Amino acid sequence: MILLVSFLVLLMLTGAVAASVFRDLISAVIAAAMVSLIASILFYLLQAPDVAMAEASIGAALTAAIFVVAITRTERFEE
Amino acid sequence: MRSGIAIALLAIVALGIGLALAKVPFGGPKTEVGRHYVDEGVEETGAANIVTSVVVSYRGFDTLGEVTVLFIAATGLGAVLSTGRKNAASEKEPASLVLHTGCRLLFPPILIFGAYIFVHGHLSPGGGFQGGAIIASGFLLIYLGCRERRISRTASGLAESLGGLVFVAIGLLGLAFGSHFLSNFLPRGTVNTLFSGGIIPIIYVAVGFKVGSELAGIIDNLIEEG
Repeated sequence: MILLVSFLVLLMLTGAVAASVFRDLISAVIAAAMVSLIASILFYLLQAPDVAMAEASIGAALTAAIFVVAITRTERFEE
Repeated sequence: MRSGIAIALLAIVALGIGLALAKVPFGGPKTEVGRHYVDEGVEETGAANIVTSVVVSYRGFDTLGEVTVLFIAATGLGAVLSTGRKNAASEKEPASLVLHTGCRLLFPPILIFGAYIFVHGHLSPGGGFQGGAIIASGFLLIYLGCRERRISRTASGLAESLGGLVFVAIGLLGLAFGSHFLSNFLPRGTVNTLFSGGIIPIIYVAVGFKVGSELAGIIDNLIEEG
């Protein structure tokens, strides 16, 4: 259990760093969505399924979609 | 010089927070309220899911405020984005047959799953917000995969207004027939059955419709007119 949680937290940290480092903004959004998805798995493991559902559907799906729409209307690559 | 002042200010703020939190025991039960919800919540509200009993019953007024905040955000986005001109959807290439059919096939099960989540909000994990978000993600799938299918603005506006109206009307009925605003004036029923918990399932169905149509409306605004 503690191994699984530490692995997930490490993955989450990697995703967060990747989201801030990537020049390609679409890749950054996907990395940020991965952070949300792993956060929802952690919420589930910490016995908060209600929060896990909200995090998975809003954080991982809807927010990423809104960011992708905004990026396709503007610049894809950071200066 | 400036960074030195900034570091000193940060140290003062950190010292203040540290002093304020130093006497709070970590992890222990800080208040009696949480214990009361866990012990008596099921009996007092009739909802088997304690999170739901807190969100809709004990803190029902906060939920009404949250729904209002979401409504204002969706309205503001619509006001900013609706410029009147339609985004030229015909220029984009149409989705392939597999993607198109897959989206149409997956859309009804997603809707039914979202409805299941908010109808069973008082029994199993989930509720109006989660179910509404799942329904909105189903609409997002349709917007990405089947470009020619759109929700009707009238229907989504109607669902949104009805959801809000039902929530406030239930609250006022609680004021009329019960003791206070949003008081549970309907019979509690047997715990762990679908028709239990008094007004809780009605409010969660209303919230589900409202959140689902609002988030779908935000996606519609962004994709059509952004």
